[in-house]
Order: sequence, then structure tokens, then C-alpha cells
Amino acid sequence: MLSVRSLQVRYGEVEAVRCVDLTVGRGEIVALVGANGAGKSTTLAAISGLVRPAGGSVTFQGEDVTGLAPELIARRGVALTPEGRRVFASLTTAENLMLGGAVHLGRAALKEREAEMLDLFPILRRYHRIKAGNLSGGEQQMLAIARSLMSKPKLLLLDEPSLGLAPQIIDKVFDLIADLRRSGLTILLVEQNVALALEIADSAVVIANGNVALSGSAAELATSDLVRQAYLGI
Amino acid sequence: MLVQQIVNAISLGGVYALLALGLAIVFSIVGLINFAHGELMTIAGYCLLGALLMGVPLAVAVVVAVASAAIAAVLMEQIAFKPMRGASVTSLLITSFAVSSLLKVLFQNGISARPQPIAMPSWMTGAFQFGHVSIGVGPLLSIAGSALALIALELFLRRTVMGTAMRAAAEDFNVVRLMGIPAGRIIATAFLLSGLLAGLASLLWIAQRASVDPLMGFTPVLKAFIATVVGGLGSLPGAVVGGLLLGVIEVALQSALPPDVAPYRDAIVLSGVILVLLFRPDGVIPAARAQRS
Repeated sequence: MLSVRSLQVRYGEVEAVRCVDLTVGRGEIVALVGANGAGKSTTLAAISGLVRPAGGSVTFQGEDVTGLAPELIARRGVALTPEGRRVFASLTTAENLMLGGAVHLGRAALKEREAEMLDLFPILRRYHRIKAGNLSGGEQQMLAIARSLMSKPKLLLLDEPSLGLAPQIIDKVFDLIADLRRSGLTILLVEQNVALALEIADSAVVIANGNVALSGSAAELATSDLVRQAYLGI
Repeated sequence: MLVQQIVNAISLGGVYALLALGLAIVFSIVGLINFAHGELMTIAGYCLLGALLMGVPLAVAVVVAVASAAIAAVLMEQIAFKPMRGASVTSLLITSFAVSSLLKVLFQNGISARPQPIAMPSWMTGAFQFGHVSIGVGPLLSIAGSALALIALELFLRRTVMGTAMRAAAEDFNVVRLMGIPAGRIIATAFLLSGLLAGLASLLWIAQRASVDPLMGFTPVLKAFIATVVGGLGSLPGAVVGGLLLGVIEVALQSALPPDVAPYRDAIVLSGVILVLLFRPDGVIPAARAQRS
């Protein structure tokens, strides 16, 4: 469904991503793991159009989307839940959700989808008319994911969903990600918590210094010595 | 006397508030202080004049004037600012100065450097008599116009998808684009709104001065800029509060200062501005902004 080839991204002189290849098949969860600053978030930013790649290609559903504007990539069915949640703090929960689907769905479909999201994230129901800035970190993460899902995306890019959350909340978020996959959604997950990511993913790509260091099935990587030593601390 | 002064203060403050709002809307979305905002006022003024000279009824001329400012604002964005997208704030600022100077020169050479009189209908220069108090129709009209514009803008920002998207874009533009909402349309709408507000402000300004000249936009927009800074740059409620505050202070000083101190009015107002910013560097009602990348 998504294929990234020899992706290269530069911020001025800094080469944030040197050469990244990855493939995400329909219905899969692929985990993109690696140390802080390895180029994971930049890879997602390039896929979603927020940064223009300096080289390589991004193909989604057989079409070249390299360097397209983020709004055009979003319309093709790719949704990014950015790192740090970035909910619109001064807007209500309902307004945040509405914007997530506003250009993708008609008025009636929007209401219907919102109801589905509130069923999926019941905790958001009681914050409907409350400003998103007043929600807790975990609730904001739920809202950020729900907002992305409002557009009924084909591919969800999740950037560090566990960041800054309490352990019980992280478990909840990951249970939810597993549920989403069961419902047929394709997910590319960036995660610093490698153990957690490998537990849930089908396959994984390890990035170091902007290059792919290792890739394979999640089960394989979980037992690989390199991953165990470098990221799992075993 | 006091009632009269209060009406004058709110009417002047209302015009400043409309202009300040226009500046704040564009700033909150694009990060640009549009110094060519005053020229939008001037354009509206000349279009009003032109329409009236052609014998168009006043009501239609008013619509033409406001629409022309709105169209001019959108064109300004498309022609001057759009090619500069992604440029630094300084480059944008200088671009807006360039647009402003260019338009001023065009008005001076193409029309006339001298003020052109606009005849206001006599009912507008009249006054209502409430017992001993007489209140000008002009200022009252100006208050009503500003209030209606504020209500309409508030409804637009709260009730429509585009309005909500604009509030979101002021916080985090990139995430709005990630939702698939086109950046170009949001920016164009911001300029359109700022043009509508400038056009309306121009009419209210002209209604009390009865003339148009190439530099007519400079002073009110400078005041509006001060109002946005005092209110909190990029904050819409701040712009309104700042505008009203400035209007009230100006009128209060005007009537309270003894004649020999009166020339120092602006100096006193600006000292007050410095004082406010010393204690509240982000303005009276700071803008909410999560992150901007």
C-alpha cells in the first residue's frame, strides 16, 4: 500500500534522513523504531508531505505522491497523528473532531463518523464541549487519534503515541491500536518504546543515523541480538 | 457632554477595532503584519468616491466600496505575498511596505495627491436630540456598523467550518493542512476578511471626515497596529479590546487635556502603550499558539 524508496530529507545542511526504504502492506502494522533523532519522525513528515524529500520516492496505492502538498496527500487517504498530539487547544473536542473529517465527508456522514469515534473513544464523550487544551495527556492522545480517523483514512501514520503518557494509559492506547488493525486499518507506527512496538507490529524497520539498520518481521527483530542489546536493553 | 464623549470614544475605538482585527486575522494565520492594510482603506475610499461620481445610489456605492477592499486584499495576497510563502517574517514585512508605497504613489499620481471631497448625505451629519444631550448620527452609525461586523465575524469564526479551520490554523497551521484543508483557501479567506473589515472601517472613517486622500489609511492603521500590539499580537479579542481602549483613551485625553498640553496627546498615549507592554509584554489578551514550525 505504501512504499518508500531511498528516501532522503535535508534540513539545510543537516541530512536528517539519508536512505530509508520501507514497505507497508494492506492491513499491516509496521513499526519504525530507533533512537532519538534517528530520522523516524522526519520519515513520517516526508510521507505526509510536511517536508519535501531531497531524494527518493514515496508511492501510495501505486501512485507517486513524492513532494505533494500535505492537504493533497491527506485527501488520498493518509492521516498523520503527529508527535506531541498537537490537538487544537483552544477548540472544543467536537470542533477538533469535525475538522478531522471536514473536507472528506459530507455533513451527515460527518455526524455519523463522529458518533462512531465517540463509541470507539467513550472517554471523549463527556468532553464534547470542552476545550481540548483542558484534557489530560492521555485524553489528548485519544482525541488526536480520533481526529485523524475522522477522515476514514486508508493509512494511519502514528508518531510516538506513547510519548509522555502514564503506563496504564499507554496500555490503553496500544490496545486501541490493536483494535484498529483488527478493523482493517493499515498503520505505520513510530515508537521509541521498542519492546511495545514490536509486540504489536507485524514487521519493523530499525533506523539509525538516517539509514535503515535492520528490517524484518517483528518476531525476528525481537529476538535479534542487535535489537536486544541496542534497544531492548536485554 | 459626557454621553457625547462616550459615544465618540466608542465610535473611534470601533473603527480602530475593525482595523486591528483585520491585521490580527492575517497575522494569526500568515505571521505577516500587513502594512499595506491602510491602502485597502484608501482603495475603498476611492471606489466609494468613483461610484458616487457615477451617480450610483449611496447604498450600492457602499457595497461596491467594501467589496473592492476585499477583492484588493485577496489580489494583494495572490500577487505580492503568495510568491513569498515560506520566506522569513522580515521579507514579508518589507514586501508589505513595498506594496503600500507602490499603491500610495499610484494614488498620488494616478488620481491626485490632494484630498477629494465626498459629499455625505445631510441626514448623516445630523444629530439626535435626547433631552439636553445631542448625539451625532455619524458616530452612532459607526458604533452600530462596528458592532454588527464584530457579531458577524464571531458567528463566522464559531459556526462555520472555514471559521473553525481558521481558528485552528492560528494555533497550528501544519496540522490543519494534515486534515486535508487547503492552506491556500484559509489564507485567501483571512485576507478577504481583513479586506472586508478595512473597507467597512474606511466607510466609517470617511463618514466623519467627508474626504479621501492617498494617505488616508496611514494614521488609522498605525493606531490599529498599536491596538493589536497592546491587545496581544495575533489575538482577536485582544485586537478588539486594544482598539476600543485606544479610542477611549484618545477621546478622553482630547477632552481632558488643557490646550497647551493637547499637542502631546499621541506622546502620552504611546507612553501608556509602553507602560502596558512593560507589565504585559504579550498584550492584554495574549494569543493562544501551541507551536509553529
